[in-house]
Amino acid sequence: MVESVTPKPRVRPFLRLGIFLISHSNYVSIVCFVSGIVALLLLPILAKNTYVSENALMPGSANNMLSTHHVSHANKFINDLTDSHIDSHKIIAQYMSALDAEVTYHKFYPQLNQFHPLHFFTSPDSGIVSKNISCSSLGINIAGIIRAPRGDGKEAIVLVTPYNPKKVGPAEALSLGIAYSVFSLLSRVTWLAKDVIWLVADSQYGEYSAVSAWLREYQAPAFHEAEIVNSETCNDSDAIDELGHNPYFDRKLYSGFRRAGTMAAALVIKVAEQGNHHEDNLNIYAEASNGQMPNLDLINIVNYLAVHKQGLRMKVKKTFSLLGSRWLNTLGGVFESLGKIAKSLNPQWKFGISATEYVEGAATLASSLYFQGLGVPTGPHGAFRDYQVDAITMEISPKVSPTKMIRRNEFILRGGRLIEGVVRSINNLLEKFHQSFFLYLLTSPGKFVSVGVYMIPFALLVAPLPIVAASLHADANKYTPQSTSSSEVDVSHKSWKWLNSARKVLVIHLWGAVVSLLPYFLCQIPNSTPTTNFTVWGLLSASSLLILYFILDSSIFEAATSQPEKSEWASLKSVTISTAFIGLSLMSVINFATAEIGALLIVPICLMARPLKLDTRARSLRTLLRATCNLALGFIAFPPVAYVLMKGAFEDFYGTSVGDYWNWVESLWTWNSATYLYVGIVHLPCWALCIHILFHSC
Amino acid sequence: MALASTATFALSLLLFLPILSSAILEKEEEEFSEELLLKPLPDRKVLAHFHFQTEASMSEDSFARHHHLFPKSISQLVKKFHIKAMELSFTQGRWNYERWGGFDPISSQNAKPPGVELWAVFDVPQHQVDASWKNLTHSLSGLFCASINFLESSSSYSAPKWAFQSALGRLRYGTLPREAVCTENLTPWLKLLPCRDKAGLSALMDRPSIYRSFYHSQRLHLTASRTVADGLDSGIILEQALTVVLEPNIQRAGMSYPSETKIQPSWSLSSIFGRKINGRCVLAKSSNVYLQVERGLVTKLEELQENTAAYASNDIGTDDLRWNLGFDLTVTPDRVHRELEKNSVLYEYSINGYKDTEQFDLGLTWKHPVVWSSSHAPLYASRFLMGSGNERGSIAISLKSTDLTKGFVAASDLEERCKLQVNVLQIVPWYIKVYYHTLQLLVDEKPQVVTDFVERMSVSPSEDKVSLGMMELILMLPCDIKSAVLNIEFDKGFLHIDEYPPDANQGFDIPSAIISFPDFDAGLQFSNNSISNSPMLSKLQENRPVLSYTEVLLVPLTTPDFSMPYNVITITCTIFALYFGSLLNVLRRRVGEEERLLKNKDANKVAFLRRILNKLPARLRGRSSESTQPEQQSSSSFINPILILKVLLVAGIAVVWQYYSK
Repeated sequence: MVESVTPKPRVRPFLRLGIFLISHSNYVSIVCFVSGIVALLLLPILAKNTYVSENALMPGSANNMLSTHHVSHANKFINDLTDSHIDSHKIIAQYMSALDAEVTYHKFYPQLNQFHPLHFFTSPDSGIVSKNISCSSLGINIAGIIRAPRGDGKEAIVLVTPYNPKKVGPAEALSLGIAYSVFSLLSRVTWLAKDVIWLVADSQYGEYSAVSAWLREYQAPAFHEAEIVNSETCNDSDAIDELGHNPYFDRKLYSGFRRAGTMAAALVIKVAEQGNHHEDNLNIYAEASNGQMPNLDLINIVNYLAVHKQGLRMKVKKTFSLLGSRWLNTLGGVFESLGKIAKSLNPQWKFGISATEYVEGAATLASSLYFQGLGVPTGPHGAFRDYQVDAITMEISPKVSPTKMIRRNEFILRGGRLIEGVVRSINNLLEKFHQSFFLYLLTSPGKFVSVGVYMIPFALLVAPLPIVAASLHADANKYTPQSTSSSEVDVSHKSWKWLNSARKVLVIHLWGAVVSLLPYFLCQIPNSTPTTNFTVWGLLSASSLLILYFILDSSIFEAATSQPEKSEWASLKSVTISTAFIGLSLMSVINFATAEIGALLIVPICLMARPLKLDTRARSLRTLLRATCNLALGFIAFPPVAYVLMKGAFEDFYGTSVGDYWNWVESLWTWNSATYLYVGIVHLPCWALCIHILFHSC
Repeated sequence: MALASTATFALSLLLFLPILSSAILEKEEEEFSEELLLKPLPDRKVLAHFHFQTEASMSEDSFARHHHLFPKSISQLVKKFHIKAMELSFTQGRWNYERWGGFDPISSQNAKPPGVELWAVFDVPQHQVDASWKNLTHSLSGLFCASINFLESSSSYSAPKWAFQSALGRLRYGTLPREAVCTENLTPWLKLLPCRDKAGLSALMDRPSIYRSFYHSQRLHLTASRTVADGLDSGIILEQALTVVLEPNIQRAGMSYPSETKIQPSWSLSSIFGRKINGRCVLAKSSNVYLQVERGLVTKLEELQENTAAYASNDIGTDDLRWNLGFDLTVTPDRVHRELEKNSVLYEYSINGYKDTEQFDLGLTWKHPVVWSSSHAPLYASRFLMGSGNERGSIAISLKSTDLTKGFVAASDLEERCKLQVNVLQIVPWYIKVYYHTLQLLVDEKPQVVTDFVERMSVSPSEDKVSLGMMELILMLPCDIKSAVLNIEFDKGFLHIDEYPPDANQGFDIPSAIISFPDFDAGLQFSNNSISNSPMLSKLQENRPVLSYTEVLLVPLTTPDFSMPYNVITITCTIFALYFGSLLNVLRRRVGEEERLLKNKDANKVAFLRRILNKLPARLRGRSSESTQPEQQSSSSFINPILILKVLLVAGIAVVWQYYSK
């Protein structure tokens, strides 16, 4: 349009490029979207091998010192723990103090998971404990601290073993045994530079809450709340106090909460209940809240030591449904043959990977994306990330199940040596973890996609949005001059129309915010099942949307009705698309994986949305196809449907009911996941607006 | 060797008979004594405390004078910088106040924070103090092979008022918590001794066993006494102390079950140091070894004695040795000192009579398992950081009552309002921006008004990059207190890029806070007056307040990514290029000129590319543009197919060549 103006033929090249892109927004958006999908599918190929970036770590450079001697002690400890009739925490504390460790009990009340709609992104609060909890529900964490002999005590390494004191299972006892063997070694070594804390977390109310309660006490204690815990009502807890102390010292020692320095890293050690019948595996869980990951170096050293030193097979979560999918296999085959051709052209091009490797990588990548996008920590290590401590959960799954394990000593020795090596590596660390990546997706334990690479698909997916918005805006303005004669009126109308749509979009977004606050009130209703909650929620939101719709249609948009309808839906669409773009970009900063998955769902419907009436009126094959596409996409992007599809793709379809969505939403808000905010404030309103455009009365 | 040195000394006496008198006079002026205190600790470790003291008198004209025993470098230091008192300590490891005690002279005077700690009092006018301090740090840095010179900058030292002896603003105090301590610091320290580590007690200092220890702290304390009356006669006392906590059991293989009772390991000098004492340093006036049995242990041993009273009814040995039931000593002590009220016992051994052939090797063998605990300071102090993230946090100092406080309360129950005075000195670097108004005091877990408990308070806020922040508090807490928490909030500051130390990502240290209890006297009281001739014992008997240091804290600050200068350079260059490019473009452009050029450009073939660009959208749209000129069409159709053909041809050739060449 600028080109047609004859007196000013020269426009800056940059502007001209922009105008060019806008004028061809259809092609651009198709090209960008397709290339975005292709780039996403290419990610497993683009993955790089991991490497230990920090020189100081030096994993595996020292010989293991953990001997069978330590293991036999650990074995005795396990037997005592499983056979005894007295309290298990008493035994643990006695064993700890026999190693000259400083032992403390940390008593806590299980924190009730509550929905704090305004507490997103705030620092971890000091915890709201309801006061009417009885003494029997008191959880007791035991922490043993080994002071580094010559260290200055500024830093600490944390080992965590969750266990249930009510019922110590064989697997839990085994994980405690592994930790004990390492702890007993560390209490005697001379090379320790950082203090070592062994936290035996009481997992009867969940592993996460126990660890987070301990961390809260460690990092942000509320001094005046201690009286609740130590109140007179809990007399039995005082008896516990006495037992933990080393019998070789005076009983009147300092018995408060003990601390070591700043935490350098934390390892959560678990042993899987079931044997996997193949070989000893090591599963790694690293995702913390809102898709935060520990430093890649931590995973690297675990991977290096497990694979090269202890001969364990390392595993990261993958979506098994993708492993068998045919399209992915064919895609892998295509990429493999492409890689072969490229290699035959130039032997130095080595981007081809085998089809099975590709499928494995894609499955791991998908689960990595999914669990990061969910924003819910995958284990107790998530509590550490809230305090900027790098932590992972290492779940060792033995070949046979721990109940009927014959070669237990060997298993403890392997597990213990692995932990010892990792602790020794972290102990070598002079600075905190900073050298390697924090933003990455794993495609296998030894391969990763860094932020610079995985940004590309997202950028390509999102790039058409502003272009299409601009072109729609320009189109909408182009139609107006024909209807009005005076230029001043035209200008005022233009701006007015844009504002009108913006107001509409804003109102719908406010509705989205209200809808996302509704569960807070709904969960106050006593005795409600997830299904009823979900239906009530759905009905409430639908009715509020309808009411809003009628109010808005009748009063505020009076002026809008006089405008040409065609431009009205176009400008509405352009504003919708720009808000979607802004929302996605903001979300990509907070939780990239959510933004990526969200973009996959919302971008197509945003780009394609067009009143069905217009399409049906045209009655050509192309328009009918577009209309059906629109309907299908609109259906898919509806949040509950999207949830069911995602769940089906990443977990399994079986047993999905209506209430599941409610449960999922509930879990999102109790974990303070930003994904919930995204769904409520960005995705849902954008979807509603797109549907509105689809059924627009032109 | 000792024989040889005495022989040469005798020879020199004979040769220089005329100047004998003056030599004797100076010999009397300078004195050196060496002592070693050994003490079994409750957690199966042994404390060894070496104490060397050199005294010299100094007259005004003695600047260039030669000393016989006293190290010249130190005397020059004192002379030049007018030092009244100074203490320098190098420490590695932490003193465990809980297990090793916090209420005896050793822990109050010799337990030091990790790294280097230096304080000095100057005898110069107020305005010269800072200059003297700066010079002193540099001299000491050279003398002890340590980076003490970093204490030179004004943002790393402070002038506390009440924590140390009152010096009317002439005291300066600084610490370097991160300084690594090793042999290169010990060797110059040993060089100050007249016998170095060649003879006498210092020969015990086997480097591997010292640096294998759980805690070692070498200390250098200077006191210049000056009788003001005549101004001529003045003396310097140089105390050098090395405190080591060792574990006797070298192999350390023994792991223990909780059911087993652990017997204290028996030890001897040769087993903990790997050496024996070959005799005294001949230059020393006195050369003694002491073995201290602390109060808790004596009480336990007496209990043990009473339990086996029937067996002990036929009196064995002297009264002083009757609690010797618990352990055996390989050497019988020359003298035994008992403390007046608190029952601690000191065995004294003089090593004057030992030689190369007859070495001194004190051994201690436990006969019964004994469990005891050291005496603790009235309140157990610990300090920790709260909060997370790179923005803000808070420092909390927690004081918890110990057994001593309980006894204290019981004793002074009758008094109306018993108060426990606690002095707190907290020094923070400037990049920890402490908000002093947020000072919060919780007594027995209840928030209290700070002014109710603070007797005096002195705060000097930090100034960015100039001075560090310091807070001194004198708290008066009730005696029956169970716990008290001081909490103060801070913001984390940003440093300039060149202010980051190497390994910046480790975090930044907040030096230890000093907690002292002036009402409590850490000194020991011995009945026997004659032992005051031993410098170390007189030091132990000194009235000193109980003092303890808290932990060093590590604060993570925001650090820039130092490893990416390349990226930074690239980005900066790109931005500059874009900026200057567009600026130049705007400046040199003349719009009227361009329009004129455009009008007659048709013949100009240079612009064809731009025109193609103009036409490309139109072509893609699939409709012919009416506004374009016919010759443009011809030119574009002339260029396009040929260009594409050429490119395709070249690519094809390249592919074929590549395919067949390999």
